[in-house]
Amino acid sequence: MYALVDGNNFYVSCERVFQPALNGVPVVVLSNNDGCAIARSNEAKALGIAMGAPWFQIKHLEASAGLVALSANFGFYGDMSDRMMRLAAALGPRQEIYSIDESFIDLAGVRGDLVERAHTIRSRILQGTGIPCGIGMGRTKTLAKLANHIAKTAERKPGSYPEALAQVCNLEALQAAEQEAVFAATPVGEVWGVGRQIGKRLVAGGIHTVLDLQRMDLATVRRQFSVVLERTVLELQGTPCIELEHMPQAKKEIACTRSFGRAITTLEPLSEAVTEFASRAAEKLRRQHGLANQVLVYIRTSPFRKDDRQYSRSVTVPLRRPSADTAVLVQSALRGLGSIFVEGFRYAKAGVMLLDLQSNRLQQGELDLEDDRMEDRSRLMLAMDTLNQRFGKGKVHLASAGLQGNHKQWTMRQERRTPGYTTSWADIPIARA
Amino acid sequence: MNSICKTALPVGFEPMVPIPALQAPMLVTLICNKVQAGFPSPAEDLGMVRLDLSKLIGADEEDAYFMWVSGDSMVQFGIFDGDLVLIRKRKRPRHGQIVIACLDRDFLVKKLYKKPDGTKLQAGNPEVPDIVLKDGQTLEIWGVVTNTVRMFKA
Repeated sequence: MYALVDGNNFYVSCERVFQPALNGVPVVVLSNNDGCAIARSNEAKALGIAMGAPWFQIKHLEASAGLVALSANFGFYGDMSDRMMRLAAALGPRQEIYSIDESFIDLAGVRGDLVERAHTIRSRILQGTGIPCGIGMGRTKTLAKLANHIAKTAERKPGSYPEALAQVCNLEALQAAEQEAVFAATPVGEVWGVGRQIGKRLVAGGIHTVLDLQRMDLATVRRQFSVVLERTVLELQGTPCIELEHMPQAKKEIACTRSFGRAITTLEPLSEAVTEFASRAAEKLRRQHGLANQVLVYIRTSPFRKDDRQYSRSVTVPLRRPSADTAVLVQSALRGLGSIFVEGFRYAKAGVMLLDLQSNRLQQGELDLEDDRMEDRSRLMLAMDTLNQRFGKGKVHLASAGLQGNHKQWTMRQERRTPGYTTSWADIPIARA
Repeated sequence: MNSICKTALPVGFEPMVPIPALQAPMLVTLICNKVQAGFPSPAEDLGMVRLDLSKLIGADEEDAYFMWVSGDSMVQFGIFDGDLVLIRKRKRPRHGQIVIACLDRDFLVKKLYKKPDGTKLQAGNPEVPDIVLKDGQTLEIWGVVTNTVRMFKA
């Protein structure tokens, strides 16, 4: 048995903890650079705001419907997530943190009434963090995820499912007929692992609901779709195929990309941005004990600015030897940038990706044919990472990233960000006495 | 442990069997380890750790939050302007406890009076009136204050 604990409208719920006045009000949280809505309160959903809706398209609702928009405050959300995850961990013996607001709990060996237990944990999380969550339980991870969807929808849209399934839903505790009715009432697109494309194909083939998919013939699924979907169907039928993952897998590639606060036309600020992105990526690479073999850098104009002349280019720079050295990776990224930069465009976004990663525990032997005079700077990198960890992100950085004191042209626009309520002494709330 | 040995074999290591030459490339992972010599610490087995204030007052709990205090209405209860208060959000607010209340977009630190004759937020300063709830007005208690930390101007 598995459970999925998932915070409702997580980012919005976090904001409401320290701004109770936002309760009952339509609220959205905007992505980096205040680009689009990445979290919506139920009231905002009721206004018809879609996930990912661009800010400029919904901005008018500020005046007409009292919509409140906030810039994402990820540091704060991370701390609230940590609190929620620790409280959720008490549900069972093992936990997999799946995303900032979701974790799977293995319920093996847990005795007693699971629904009651889940309600207890749910109220513990609500009291301790102020974040409401939904808990779904089932025999497999796919079923637990589906049960979570049912628990949340039953609460948000009364009448969609039996009232008893709101907030906490255990599919295993349902009678066969009840379970069928619930599956028949759920569109197939809600199943974990059924993407938009596959969903469309399934509907076109007459598979509309979860019940339809669950009853499909396995061999047909494999033949017409894939082994992956076959696994999903098996999971829906109650055969566990997806294990709990304890350790996050090492990433196959590491990307750091961002839109700029405003358009950039010259090479210098672009170089600063690319330096910083490559440095960030290099830091992540070292954290997973990896080495990169190639560096990809790209720049582009904004497709939203229809009047601008458009340009978008990327280039991959192979490295002489696999490396995790910030200076080496930045140098390659800047060389790439120099080869694709063309004057006369209004650049809106740049990115750096480290590709073809390998573990730093493996080293390819080579004949000593040439000396590239590259000294091993892994100790320098370790010192830099340790300093930045202790004294704050970006304290020690390459000079080509620009100086913090200068107002960087390309830094993020976050005009509506709330303070670090739980992460900075200077930002914690003030209680009036 | 993450360091990579540059030489193929550690100094002083003499294999009994010659390593066959391979045509295919071979990946060799070496583990370099050090063995500690010297007298073991007599404190090793005692498992003692240094005192931790966070643990004592519960500041490391999942429901623990901090706020700064501004104002003089709680001085009789020992809470002063500029103090730091520790709040536990999961504690059930009871009569007589110092609480954080939400009122009109503000966080207030007050003493909770909760008796059959009514609910009010008491101040600890004769010059400051208590806040009495009117009918229909709802009071949200955000959390219970369990500790204060006072910063002396050093």
